[in-house]
Amino acid sequence: MGAAGRGAGYVATGAILGGFVLSLAAMICWIDAYGMTAGHHSDTADGRHAVVVPGESLETTVASETVASETVASETVASETVASETVKTHLVSSVPSVRPVAAAADGEHAKPHDVGHDAHSQDAHAATTKVAYFDDWYTLVGLDNLKITIGYYIDALTVVMFCMVTLIATCIHFYAMGYMHEELEDVTDHEVTLSNGEHLHRKGRYYRFFQYLSLFCFSMLGIVIAGNIAMTFIFWELVGICSYFLIGFYIERKSASTAANKAFIVNRVGDVGMIIGLMALWGSLGTFSFGGEKNGAGEIVKPGLFEQVRPVEEGYQLKTPEGMEKRAKVMGAEDPAYTGHLLLVVAGLGIFCGCVGKSAQFPLHVWLPDAMEGPTPVSALVHSATMVAAGVFLVGRFYPMFTPEVLLIIAIIGCITLFMAATIAITATDIKRVLAYSTLSQLGYMMFALGVGGWVAGMLHLITHAFFKSLLFMCSGSVIHAVHTNEMPQMGGLRRKMPITAYTMLIGCLAIIGAGVPTVVGLSGYYSKDAILAQALHFGKNNAAWNAMFYVAAGGAAITAFYMFRLWFMTFIGSPREQHRYEHAHESPRVMWMPLAVLAFFAIFIAMPADIENFTNPAASPLVQMLEQGRPDGTGVDFSGQLAAVMMPNEHGSHDEEIHLTAGMIAFGTAMSGLLLACCIYWWRLIDPAEVRSMFAPIYRFLLNKWWFDELYDKIFIRPTLWFGRCVAGFDRRCIDWFIDNLAIATRWFTSGFDRWIDQTFVDGLANWIARKTYAVGLWLRKVQTGRLRQYLVFILVGTVAMYLLATIGLTK
Amino acid sequence: MFVAGLVCMATKRNALGVLMGIELVLNGANLNFVAFGSGFLVRNPAYQLGLDGQIISLFVIVLAAAEAAVALAIVLNFYNNHSTVDVDRADELKG
Repeated sequence: MGAAGRGAGYVATGAILGGFVLSLAAMICWIDAYGMTAGHHSDTADGRHAVVVPGESLETTVASETVASETVASETVASETVASETVKTHLVSSVPSVRPVAAAADGEHAKPHDVGHDAHSQDAHAATTKVAYFDDWYTLVGLDNLKITIGYYIDALTVVMFCMVTLIATCIHFYAMGYMHEELEDVTDHEVTLSNGEHLHRKGRYYRFFQYLSLFCFSMLGIVIAGNIAMTFIFWELVGICSYFLIGFYIERKSASTAANKAFIVNRVGDVGMIIGLMALWGSLGTFSFGGEKNGAGEIVKPGLFEQVRPVEEGYQLKTPEGMEKRAKVMGAEDPAYTGHLLLVVAGLGIFCGCVGKSAQFPLHVWLPDAMEGPTPVSALVHSATMVAAGVFLVGRFYPMFTPEVLLIIAIIGCITLFMAATIAITATDIKRVLAYSTLSQLGYMMFALGVGGWVAGMLHLITHAFFKSLLFMCSGSVIHAVHTNEMPQMGGLRRKMPITAYTMLIGCLAIIGAGVPTVVGLSGYYSKDAILAQALHFGKNNAAWNAMFYVAAGGAAITAFYMFRLWFMTFIGSPREQHRYEHAHESPRVMWMPLAVLAFFAIFIAMPADIENFTNPAASPLVQMLEQGRPDGTGVDFSGQLAAVMMPNEHGSHDEEIHLTAGMIAFGTAMSGLLLACCIYWWRLIDPAEVRSMFAPIYRFLLNKWWFDELYDKIFIRPTLWFGRCVAGFDRRCIDWFIDNLAIATRWFTSGFDRWIDQTFVDGLANWIARKTYAVGLWLRKVQTGRLRQYLVFILVGTVAMYLLATIGLTK
Repeated sequence: MFVAGLVCMATKRNALGVLMGIELVLNGANLNFVAFGSGFLVRNPAYQLGLDGQIISLFVIVLAAAEAAVALAIVLNFYNNHSTVDVDRADELKG
């Protein structure tokens, strides 16, 4: 294939590089237009507790706020009244496609309110809306009550996600051009044995890899920009199928094709829930669109999902929409408000179910470790930074629609996932498996963060994780490329042979454990993990029943540090365990280590504050502020659930000194303890891992077997399904085939006998009868030939006379 | 005379008798022709017959002679094969 295949790599990389340039341009335009400050708060007052009760209106709360703010020194009653009036005028005016920040309300506040904790407690500004552009490009289905379109919803989150996805994808495309070079010629696959004992020899598939990668990037960006949940679903499935193609890239390997099947099927299981959620939404609210459906002139004709669930009149607080209450009435519920709220919960849970499948949360996590059968660039792009992040992104995008009950469930599942995956990672020996379980664990962190009310924390972790996880995967790919094995027990001491890989991976490991100097500075993971734990502590303080989740998350941080450094030490430190492999190891070519360097740079600096003055304030980092711009309306205040006794605390409260400091210290402490333990066992060799293994043998076996989930699912789902399949096949063979075969035999018997009789009686009979009759007539006519001459003479004479007579009579007539 | 000849033809067992009957028939017809060709009938305009009876008689005489020759040849052959001239014996074409 040679040069022809290379072209595919260049085209794909060029395309995604172009995409990155465009995303960067978009980000620059955005920053130019809206600045990098967190320009709005969509809460009516800080610390005010908003209970989800239908019917509560903004007017009363504004009135109470007016009273409360009189005690605040820096605000005057007049300014407050003006502010509330501005709110009302804002509500009354028509809503253009860009909902601008209510400039008048902002102008009332002399001091900036983005940076600094002290501003929060004193600000009591009116509800302002976030900036979002949304519209439809193309209508796929445009009926009266169903409108499925391809459209966009662009806010700060979209811009940031676009930049992140395209940047990482560009790095990975460059990396893949180097990593996949052996696919340019014919390949002998040593993991596939044919029936005659030989290894498989096949043509290279370089170009196909880049086709799949490009399709994947297209689908992922489609999810990010999607303007309605139906479009999200379309691209969701597209991403799933691309993942299937990429995991099963080496299709002749049974392990790879089985893993691809597993990934897709488990994803589909999640999608069942997603479809239920979609149905619940459409059935009651009549629309899929996030922002709203527009007519030709650009005016909003039908309010979108966000508007219906968090109306402007309520100050963007969660309220069971009318559509759901109407649907509840139609369903015949006694209490439409309650059942309507249940419908909202069901919708939220359904959409989350899709995210569970896509982001590999418990219980649908089983596909992600097996997905490591794909080539390393696939693991780096798809299964660490983007596709599995799509689930988290959807939770973030759909956040306004989730009631606190749903958010609690999200948090619980995230918590279980992060703990479970971290424990399994301790015992894994395949380098990519450790990273896969690490991804699972970090995804659990993200979901957990979103579930406890930390929207910015979760999204921040999504972005920082994307950078350092893809870095880690690419480094591991570099190592695998050098030593031609995935197993860590066969590595060791590679630091001397591959310094660039080793030290960029060290940066990645430090980032993932959240290394840094507390309250001063840290790598990117430090800021995001800090934010998550702070919000978790804040949540725990407000909901005593769920306080344990914070401690689980902190424990998970310790385990994370332990297994990540176990990985690093086993691979790069010490003496080589396999001399043969060590000798052949070499540093990767430039096309492979340059992306590592780029990503390492981002892993360090992406979340760092840019302002020297406010350097120690984590909220001052540009990334955090951009994300704050994208925060959904109405999520800046506390809100409680109706059904469960849970209160989602305001995220800004987690920036409180006390909570933040405690969480930061605990995070640092756990990370350091895990790191210390890893050093003791794998670097200084103070404790022997084999001894530990034998001491905790049952636990070790439990973890080594991945908590026996695969076996469990095998027993519960796979065996019964196969049994049922066999039953159906047996039924098909014995009953249906028996019936058909015997019917054929009967027909043959019947037709052969009957046919013969008909043939003989009628067809042959007719012919024979005609023949006989002809013969009989012939015999009868023969009698004329008497042989008597005189008789003949008489006939002649009589005939002549008769003819003569006839002629004469005829003539006279 | 014609009818006499017919009867003779129909009833005679001897082949020569049948031939004589044929001669009688032919001659009877001849006589008829001559009679209708008489001067009386031709000159009278009330009878528009216009038959040239004498010419036709001549033809008939010739034909009778030829036919008699042929018929005798057939009878001779018949006698050579069957040693008899009885017409009742000529029934080999009986169906």
